[in-house]
Amino acid sequence: MTGLRRRRVLGGIAAGVGLAATALHGETFAGRYTLRPEPVAEGIWLVLGTNAPIAFANGGAIANCAIIATAAGPVLFDCGPSLAYGQALRRMARDLTRRDPALVLISHLHPDHDLGAGAFDPATVAALPGTMADIARDGPGMTDAMFRMLADWMRGTQLVVPTRRLEPGPLEVGGRTLQLLALSGHSGGDLAVLDSRTGTLITGDLVFHDRAPATPHADLARWRSALDTLAALPHRVLLPGHGPADRAGVAIAQTRDWLDWLEQALNAAAANGLDMVEAGEQPIPERFAGLAAARYELQRSVSHFYPAIEAARLPRVD
Amino acid sequence: MALPQAASRILIALVALAVALAAAGAARAGVPDPLHSPMWDMHAARLFANAPVVFDKAVRVDVPQIAENQHVFPVTVDARSLGEVRRIVILADLNPIPVAVDFAPSGAAPWLSLRIKLDQRTPVRAAVLAVDGKWHVSGVWVDAAGGGCSAPPVSRAKGDWAQHLGELRGAMFSSTAGPRLRFTVRHPMDTGLVENIPAYNIETIRVASGPRDLATIMVWGSVAEDPAFSLLLPAGTGAVTLRLRDSNGREFTGHVAGPQRP
Repeated sequence: MTGLRRRRVLGGIAAGVGLAATALHGETFAGRYTLRPEPVAEGIWLVLGTNAPIAFANGGAIANCAIIATAAGPVLFDCGPSLAYGQALRRMARDLTRRDPALVLISHLHPDHDLGAGAFDPATVAALPGTMADIARDGPGMTDAMFRMLADWMRGTQLVVPTRRLEPGPLEVGGRTLQLLALSGHSGGDLAVLDSRTGTLITGDLVFHDRAPATPHADLARWRSALDTLAALPHRVLLPGHGPADRAGVAIAQTRDWLDWLEQALNAAAANGLDMVEAGEQPIPERFAGLAAARYELQRSVSHFYPAIEAARLPRVD
Repeated sequence: MALPQAASRILIALVALAVALAAAGAARAGVPDPLHSPMWDMHAARLFANAPVVFDKAVRVDVPQIAENQHVFPVTVDARSLGEVRRIVILADLNPIPVAVDFAPSGAAPWLSLRIKLDQRTPVRAAVLAVDGKWHVSGVWVDAAGGGCSAPPVSRAKGDWAQHLGELRGAMFSSTAGPRLRFTVRHPMDTGLVENIPAYNIETIRVASGPRDLATIMVWGSVAEDPAFSLLLPAGTGAVTLRLRDSNGREFTGHVAGPQRP
C-alpha cells in the first residue's frame, strides 16, 4: 500500500501548488476503493455499487459486481470502472475464495462494468460477441469520458476488448453449472447468468433496482423482451446491475414500469410540443420516488431518444 | 523544448497585452462576473460596447443537470419577467464560436428554446437587451466533454446531409402561455473547425404571420446540427411563414398552420 500512500502525498503537493483557480480533479488523488462483499447465496457474493451517478466522489464505483466461488477459482460477473477497482476486486475475491479468478464475465459494454478488466489475465476475460463488438466500437470514447470525470481514479486503466467468446447455454466451471443468457436491449449485447444450484439470477443492467435505468444504448422493445425472458426464469434471488439484491421479486417489474412510463412520457411531451429541457423537467410519478437518480436518468434519456421521437412526429412544413 | 529567444520575447509581450486588455475590459464592465469566467470581459466588451450590463436572475436559463451529449445541448431562455425586450443573445463563453443566436422577438414573447454545441466546460448565458437600454445577463456553468464544435456532424459521417438539406418540420401547439411554434430544419451546421469541412450554417431565421414580423433569429455554427427551436407567439396567431437563409445563400421556406389541440 506504500504506492497508494505516495500517490496521495504527491496529489497533495500538486493541489497545494494550485495551478488554476478552477477545481481540476486531476490535482488531487482520489482515494481508494472500499469494497464490501455481501453474501447472498452459498458461494456467491454481491459487491454493491454506490447508488448514484458516476462522479469523482465515488470513483465511478456505481455498478454491482458478483463473485461466484467454484473449485476452479471464482467466476466474476463484471469488474468495475477502473484498473484500481479491478485490482481491489481481485484481492477481495482471493481473500474470499483463496484462488485467482477462473473467469471474468463482462455483462455489457458500459465502462462502469468493464474497465477493471485490465487487472485480470486477458485469457480469462469473456463476453458475448455483441458485447465485444460494442466495446471495440464505443469503448475508446467511453474510456476517455471516464478519464475526464474520474481523473486519478483511472490511473493506469486501459480498455480491454474481451477475446474469450461466450455462447448462450450451460457453462461448467469448477463443478458449478452456470446458465448463460445472451440478451440485448439495455445494449447490443447483455449477458445474464443463472446459477442453477442456488437459484441466483445475475442480470447486469437489464435490471435496475431502486435506481432509475440508464438508456445510452437502449432499444426499449428488445429490453422489454429480455425482461420477459428473465421473469420467466424461476429464481430465488436476483442481483441487478445497480441497486440492492432483490429477494421479493420486484426489480424486473420496477424496471419495466420505468421503461414503459419513460417511453409514454417522452411521446406525450413531443405530442404537446415541449422542448428537450421541458421534457426533462416534467413531473416524475410518485411511484418512482424510491428510485435513485430518477431525474438525472430521465434527462439523459431525453438526450438519447427525444430528437428522433420529435422528428417522427413533427410534419414536414416545407 | 526551449523557445528561441525572439519568440519567447514576443510571447511575453502578447501575454502582457492580454493581461492589460483583460484589466481594461473588467474596468469597463464594472460589475464582476458572478460566474468568474476567464472570457467574460472580452465577450462583454465586444458584444455590449459601452452599454450598461447587470447580472439579473430574472432572466432564466434552464438546462438539464447533465450535458449527456455535447453536440446537442438543450437550452431554454425565459426573459418574460422583464416585459418587452429588444434582443436576446445566447452564448457559451468558452466555445470557439461563442454566440449561438441573437434573437429579436419583434412580436414573439422573450422566450426561446434551442439546442447548442459545447466544446468544453463553459458558462452558458443569455444576455437580454431590455427597453431600459440595459443588458440583463444570467447564466450557469455547464460541465461538458470536449469536442462539441470540433467533431464532424452525424450527417457528415453518415454522408446523407445533402439529401435532407433544408427539410423543415414544424407544428403549432396551444399552451397556457399562448401559441407555441416548434420547428426543426435539417442542416449540418458545420463550424469550420473540422478538417476539410468549411463553415456552413443557417444564418438567419424570420418568422412572420402575414405581413407581421414575429421574430428574427441570427444563427451561428455553435447551434446544434439539425437546429430545433420553440417560440411563444402572441395569442390568436394563426398560420406563420418561416424563412431561413444559410451561409451559402440558400433559402428555405415553410408554412405552419395555426395551433393544433394538444
